[in-house]
This record gives sequence, structure tokens and C-alpha cells, in this order.
Amino acid sequence: MNQAPSADPAHSHGDTHGHAFSRRSYLLGFLLSVVLTAIPFWLVMTGRFDATTTAIVIVGLAFVQILVHTYFFLHVNTHAEGGWTLMAYLFAAVIALIMIAGSLWIMYHLNANMMPMSVEPGT
Amino acid sequence: MSTTALIDDPKVNPTFYLAEKDHHDHGHEATGGGTILGFWIYLMSDALIFATLFATYGVLSTNFAGGPTPHEIFELPLVALNTAILLVSSITYGFAMIAMQEGRLGGVRLWLVATGLLGAAFVGIELYEFGNLIAEGATPQRSAFLSAFFTLVATHGLHVSFGILWIGVMLVQLAQRGLHVENQRRLMCLSMFWHFLDVVWIGVFTFVYLLGVLR
Repeated sequence: MNQAPSADPAHSHGDTHGHAFSRRSYLLGFLLSVVLTAIPFWLVMTGRFDATTTAIVIVGLAFVQILVHTYFFLHVNTHAEGGWTLMAYLFAAVIALIMIAGSLWIMYHLNANMMPMSVEPGT
Repeated sequence: MSTTALIDDPKVNPTFYLAEKDHHDHGHEATGGGTILGFWIYLMSDALIFATLFATYGVLSTNFAGGPTPHEIFELPLVALNTAILLVSSITYGFAMIAMQEGRLGGVRLWLVATGLLGAAFVGIELYEFGNLIAEGATPQRSAFLSAFFTLVATHGLHVSFGILWIGVMLVQLAQRGLHVENQRRLMCLSMFWHFLDVVWIGVFTFVYLLGVLR
């Protein structure tokens, strides 16, 4: 277990370029995500507020938590990998939002317009 | 050389991208250089797979076909427990990365084992939940809602299972070779994979379980 690490010290600074792993940042991220997870579960399990308010709050908190994880755990920021991880992340986020929001929008209207209409009398 | 002078002078040749902090050219070939970014782009394409599954679930989430509704079959305490396990496994992986940075091989292995066990507990509880659902008759064949639910959640669970497999492989590689540069690169890719799965789980517990029970 106590085998000396065979990493070449001359290379060690190159491994973490653009990534600063600090215990502090991991713990801060963990603390934030515990709070951001506990609140939605508490809201839904106690039923403290009406359904609409609760839904808006938990969806908002989910997006905040995704950003917290992205920054503190995935280390996406403007200088990691020359900013390219951030660019790829934003691109994927845009595509995901178009795909999800677009599907829901189209299928909702499709459903609404395919509902059986009330039978008009006399026809 | 006049060309390097031209490139280095920001007035003559301004850069339109963010210069990397502490940029060192040497050692990049050893650490993979593009590997981290390449793996990240794989993860983003994986995110799009999950986005399509989320969209499918969103469209079909009210098509119960007279079968069970989320309110009747989801057990939130179990989901909360699973969420807590995955969240703790994120911080234990974080500690493994810190130990890697400090060159402590024993610490890396210890935290990797902890992360792998938490991941196994997560998958185990998920399989228990699936078993209960199927025993109640809430099978994937029962309704479009349940098909979409099982596809989305099981795809995530499958990813976690492969993450556990990868942790096992890393433990073998660490035992054989220690914390050399290639293993450090692999550990960083695995770190991104593991934390990415936690991000997907935020979407699952919010949009599938919590909103499902609210509806």
C-alpha cells in the first residue's frame, strides 16, 4: 500500500494543467449539492407548498445543482483545456434543450389536436 | 525567429481564444494532451443520448394505458437513499483525485474502493426497486410510461455499472504500475465519467421521480 508513487515529478505539473483540485472546492461543491438535493426531496415529501410552486422550485434547484456539479466536480471553466470543454458543454446544452423542449412542445400540440372532438349535433 | 515574435506579440497578432493558464508544451504527449478533451466530447455525446431518453420520457410520462401512475409506484425514501449514496460517491471520488494529486497511492486506492462500493450499493438498490416494480406488475411492457421509465433509468444504471467495472480495472492497473502519468490520465477520465453520471442522476431524480410524484 505504501509503495512510492512512480510518477515522474517533472511531469506532475503537466497532468493537472487547467485543473485545480482542492479539497476545499470539492467540499464546498459537496455541501452545496447536499443542500440542493435535500430541499427538493423535503418539499415533495412533506407537500409543504402547492404542486405548481413546488415544481417550479425543484426544477430551478436542479439546474442550479447541475451547474454546481459542472463547476466543482467536472472542473469546467473558461481556462480548462483552453476553454474547449466549456464550448463543448454549452453546445451540448443547447442541443439537449432544443431536443427536449422541442419534443415536448411538438408532441403536446400533436396530442391536443388529435383529441377526439365533441361530436357536433346533426352531422 | 520573426514568426514566433509575430505570434507572441498580442498587438500584432491578437488571440481570439482564452490562453490556457500555465501552458507547458512538454509533457503533453505523455499526459495525452487531447485525451481529456476527447473524452469530454464523448461525454457530451453521451449527454445527448440521455437528452433523447429524457425527451422520450417527457412525451410518454402521462401515457399510463390504465396502468400504475408514478404516484402509486415510486418510493421516494428509496430514491432519496440512492441519491444520497451517489452524492457521497462523488465526494469520495473527489478525495481520490486529491490523493492522486498529492501522489498518495494508498489514498487513491482506498477512495476508489469506497467509490466502487457506493456505486455497487446504488446499482443494488436500483435493481431492488426494479424487482419490486416488476413484482407489482409495473413491467416495461405495461405502459408507454413504464417503457420510457425503465429505458431512461436503466441506461443510467448501466452506465454506473460500467463505471464500477472501470474502477475495478483502475485498481488492477494501480496495483501493477502505481500512479504513473498514464494512470493519472485514466483516473481523470474516470473522474469525469463518474461525476457526469451524478449530473444525469440530478435530472432523473428531479424530472422522473419528484415531478412524477407531484403530478
